[in-house]
Amino acid sequence: MPETRVPFRGGGFRPTARRWVGVAVFVALIALIEAGTRSGVISALTLPKPSDVLATFRDLYDTGLLWKHLAPSLSRLAVGAAIGASAGISVGVLIGLFSYIRAGLVPLVAAIFPIPKIALLPLFVIWFGIDEGSKYALIAFGTFTPTVVAAYGAVDNVDRTLIRMGQSFGLSWWSIVRKIVLPGAMPGILSGLRISLAIAIILLVAAEMLGAEYGIGAYILEAGSLYDLERLFAGVVILSILGVLVSAALSLIEARVLRWRS
Amino acid sequence: MRLRLDTIRHEYGGMTVLDDVSLDIPSGEIVCIVGPSGCGKSTLLRLIGGLEEPTSGAVMQVGEPPADCLNPLTYVFQDFALLPWRTARGNIALALEDHGLTAERREAIIADVLARTRLSDFADALPKQLSGGMKQRVAIARALAVNPAVMLMDEPLSALDSQTRELLMDDLIALWSRAPFTAVYVTHNLAEAVRLGHQIVVLSRRPGRIREVVRIDKPLGERGLGDADLEAVQKRLWSLMREEAAAADAELLDA
Repeated sequence: MPETRVPFRGGGFRPTARRWVGVAVFVALIALIEAGTRSGVISALTLPKPSDVLATFRDLYDTGLLWKHLAPSLSRLAVGAAIGASAGISVGVLIGLFSYIRAGLVPLVAAIFPIPKIALLPLFVIWFGIDEGSKYALIAFGTFTPTVVAAYGAVDNVDRTLIRMGQSFGLSWWSIVRKIVLPGAMPGILSGLRISLAIAIILLVAAEMLGAEYGIGAYILEAGSLYDLERLFAGVVILSILGVLVSAALSLIEARVLRWRS
Repeated sequence: MRLRLDTIRHEYGGMTVLDDVSLDIPSGEIVCIVGPSGCGKSTLLRLIGGLEEPTSGAVMQVGEPPADCLNPLTYVFQDFALLPWRTARGNIALALEDHGLTAERREAIIADVLARTRLSDFADALPKQLSGGMKQRVAIARALAVNPAVMLMDEPLSALDSQTRELLMDDLIALWSRAPFTAVYVTHNLAEAVRLGHQIVVLSRRPGRIREVVRIDKPLGERGLGDADLEAVQKRLWSLMREEAAAADAELLDA
């Protein structure tokens, strides 16, 4: 009888942590662009030299302009996203809990969701003024709809047997909502916030492109209209970093709040 | 306090799942309900505890529950139904929080039920850290914490492997021997029924009707794995159910 070893067929399809690969991709890409722009393969009009972008960035930092642009942007992002996310979570949870609110608001949210909020900016300017109000409103409105959808989906996904359990122990309605529904909906709400906050950053720039003296968006718009690619990229890099930081902050919150998840 | 089921009939969307179920659940005894799958035994348990309303008939509570009873009809669920974000202690506390007890009283109850279920060392463990058997012990501790008049157990051992099941059965018998409780115990496992039941109610296939009530007088503490007399009862139960189970199985295939 011939003997052959049974070949291994399992494995794969299981993402594992590969910590430094992400950094390596960034470094390799930047190094490639640096080499390309230095050697002239990539023309100066196509892409700026990464080292020049870094120099611009340092310049921005040294002159104190970085904070002058970043501070108003961060406060707009914080205020707008906080209003939008908290309103979104509240409305989403209400939709999840009450059939009448669901029947009334789900079609409305579905109608509002696909509207590009940027298109409404002129309207917001009339409603809330050219100053900070319209910017807060735009960001808040843009984060609101995806948060609502995520929140009521999360409430719908709370394990019904846990709710039955709460009822079987005679817990009050409010206790069930507070101790079973809300914590159970937390994972869904937090993953919805990831998307909502990314949208908030996009809308922040859009809002600042229209009538803002300072702000990352204003900075990028100005650089773009002067075709100053170094400054444009410096601005874009700031936005990327902002996005990464927001996502990292959410991961930290998830790790703390959702410690119970296996 | 005891329970009386009065000609219960239940329908789901025009289909009768339970019909003419009348039953007495005497105080201090474990009543096991067995039957082929889909016979409505879990539905019956939900009706008994008021999680569902019967189409006709009623579940009557005869007499008053004991004075220190916080939740007269208390469930133990098949899938444990523990809040994954609360520790064992927190899960037990959940059942006590709405009753306006003092913090000391609550702590005392929790410590007592944890000790009775041999979980004192695992009070601060999250459900994800516990084995299936321990999770169900936490759920049983939570049920004991409210000092129920009747425990409603819905296949409490079905999600566990057979060895854990055997251990937990011993635990249940020990708990009952120390302080007899009233329970309705739904299971499809006849071995569990003959080990734990003072009475075993056999339901027919859909619509579920009571086919027979078998009494076992041997004290719970003296029953063991593989006792010849229990085996005989189990065989009889199986002969009662066998055709029904086969027919119920075929019915599902037709549907």
